[in-house]
Amino acid sequence: MPAAEPEVVLEREVPAPQRNRRAGSRAAATDAAGLGRARAVGFVAPALVLIGVFLVFPALWTIYIGVTDYQLTGAAAAAPKVVGLANFLSALNDGLFHNAVWLTVLFVLGSAVIGQNLLGFALAWLLRGVRPWLRRTVESMVLLSWILPSTVVAYLWFAVLDRNGGTLNALLGTPGTAWLVTYPMASLIVFNTWRGTAFSMLLYTSALAAVPPSQLETARLVGASGWQTVRDVVFPHIRGHVLTNTLLISLWTANDFTPFLLTAGGPNHASETLPVFIYRQALEGGQLGYASAVSLLLLLGNLLVALVYLRLLRRRG
Amino acid sequence: MAGIEIAELSTVYPNGVRAVDGLDLTVADGEFFALLGPSGCGKTTLLRTMAGLEQASEGAVRIGDRDVTRLDPGARRVAMVFQDYALFPHMTVAENIAYPLRVRRMSKVSQRDAAERTSAGLSLGALLDRRPGQLSGGQQQRVALARAIAVEADVLLLDEPLSNLDARLRLEARTFLKKLQRDLGLTTVFVTHDQAEALALADRIAVMESGSIRQLGSPKEVFQRPVDTFVANFIGSTPMNLLDGLIADGMVEVAGARLAPPEGLDLVEGTPVVAGIRPEYLRVVPGAQEVTEGVAGILGAVAIVENLGVTSLVTIECADGTLVGLTVPEQHEPAVGTRLCVVPEAGRLLLYGGEDGLLLSARPSDHSAEFDRSRA
Repeated sequence: MPAAEPEVVLEREVPAPQRNRRAGSRAAATDAAGLGRARAVGFVAPALVLIGVFLVFPALWTIYIGVTDYQLTGAAAAAPKVVGLANFLSALNDGLFHNAVWLTVLFVLGSAVIGQNLLGFALAWLLRGVRPWLRRTVESMVLLSWILPSTVVAYLWFAVLDRNGGTLNALLGTPGTAWLVTYPMASLIVFNTWRGTAFSMLLYTSALAAVPPSQLETARLVGASGWQTVRDVVFPHIRGHVLTNTLLISLWTANDFTPFLLTAGGPNHASETLPVFIYRQALEGGQLGYASAVSLLLLLGNLLVALVYLRLLRRRG
Repeated sequence: MAGIEIAELSTVYPNGVRAVDGLDLTVADGEFFALLGPSGCGKTTLLRTMAGLEQASEGAVRIGDRDVTRLDPGARRVAMVFQDYALFPHMTVAENIAYPLRVRRMSKVSQRDAAERTSAGLSLGALLDRRPGQLSGGQQQRVALARAIAVEADVLLLDEPLSNLDARLRLEARTFLKKLQRDLGLTTVFVTHDQAEALALADRIAVMESGSIRQLGSPKEVFQRPVDTFVANFIGSTPMNLLDGLIADGMVEVAGARLAPPEGLDLVEGTPVVAGIRPEYLRVVPGAQEVTEGVAGILGAVAIVENLGVTSLVTIECADGTLVGLTVPEQHEPAVGTRLCVVPEAGRLLLYGGEDGLLLSARPSDHSAEFDRSRA
């Protein structure tokens, strides 16, 4: 066996003390830092406890409540009964739930998949070539709309969209138009596009930096238009980024609660996306069991979307 | 087909750097032209300004009879091959080559035709359906060339075309490139920092430094008569000997030797000069090991011997510490410590001004006036 020979030589070359240490420490520390299992667990435990208390337990608790008739007040609050899948079945027959699903799809498609995606890419693409001060200014403004607290932002948009003396009405010359009442979903979609574009812009800015400049210049030299360059040169490079970005902003938007601050789901459920629907069922209607069941359905919907995106990503790879 | 005419061209970057500084240049129709210089000399900026990828700040670029100074790159009818080839990784070789035609919305059939026609001449015919990632460096370079040729541009621009290839492949690609350019007769400008590449390929070379041209000429002229010490230092695979000296009694005193100056020069007694001699142009005087100092040859002891293959680069150290390099055939390689007496071949000694570093040439008459004045 000629293959075995080098190993034998190697073994002989290991100095004696080193060999002893290797043999003696095999049980205690096999990790690079030499902590040993017990101490390693000690370091990780606080984080695990926090995750358990604030994430895992509430999630499991929601699943449990979802199969009971738990209510905020009354007899069912004191002694909830397990009702099995009754909550899920009644959701499937609930016209308000259907309405909320449809509005959520509309909200996600309009403000995230189309709005934030396109506006974010357009900003990233157009800001490449401009003067640094202009780029910094625009980027800061876009970022500001992202990092401001939701309550502050909601208040600002009330000021813009107000029926009497709102900025938008003054600009458009349409006094007396109550945007949040007459066009609640359209207002929410525009609002959320404005609110969340910064993330897409940042992601696409760094994605575009990875496109080799010589390839863009080759396109310029053969006379490709802006659209041809994006389609033929840029997009194939950033396809993975587009998928990742779309997945993230879709999920964030589907679970976003800020619409409640602007329209509270109204008027007459016309802007009641799923998170708002769940909140109103739970705290205004007191149906904690039913609301938990719908939460779980929303979670399943999120998972489904994530799976589709992951499948697309993998096919690309 | 067209020549290129550049007049008083300056390209200034937003940070104030004048990368190209008031430069004039004419490239003839069908010429293979090299822009040569160290990094940061402005050669790539000049090429990119010709292509329109950088905006000229002053001056004009003309291609053929068209002023293209303010035209978009796409409207200039120039093709460019980048150092990294800039092939689109998601397209096949055929799609890459035909991409310029696709941009012009030509039919799929004519795109495929063009790809097949161009690739045949570059022995890429069998690779048309591969992707760039599946090709070797040399093949990738030929695809990039094919894409540049397929557009049938007036001018071909190459940015460091050979520097991404390994040394062996580079020589093959060099020969290939020269043949291709001859066959096409396409006006071609290429940028390189490798003087050997420029000497081997180009019909004419512009040696650049600090955004302007130091010397413009054929490879022979640039190699044999560098106009200043910068060019002398830059050109040649073994660096030229540049030795400080003095004019005394009509001779050049350098490193303890008295050499005959080039003919026809009007020399001012006592002025400092720099004597330039290529190592290839120095000869060992046989049997002159024992001659005394002050004779016609440079005396020194062999300090270093570097084997270059067919020749060896021998560095001798003179009595005053000056180091002089010369090449000798490998079979005559001297031992370290041997004392040698070397002389420049006839007509190969160049003299540069001791202060300005400019080549002292035989022609101008104002020099002789100065000489007469100092005699008087």
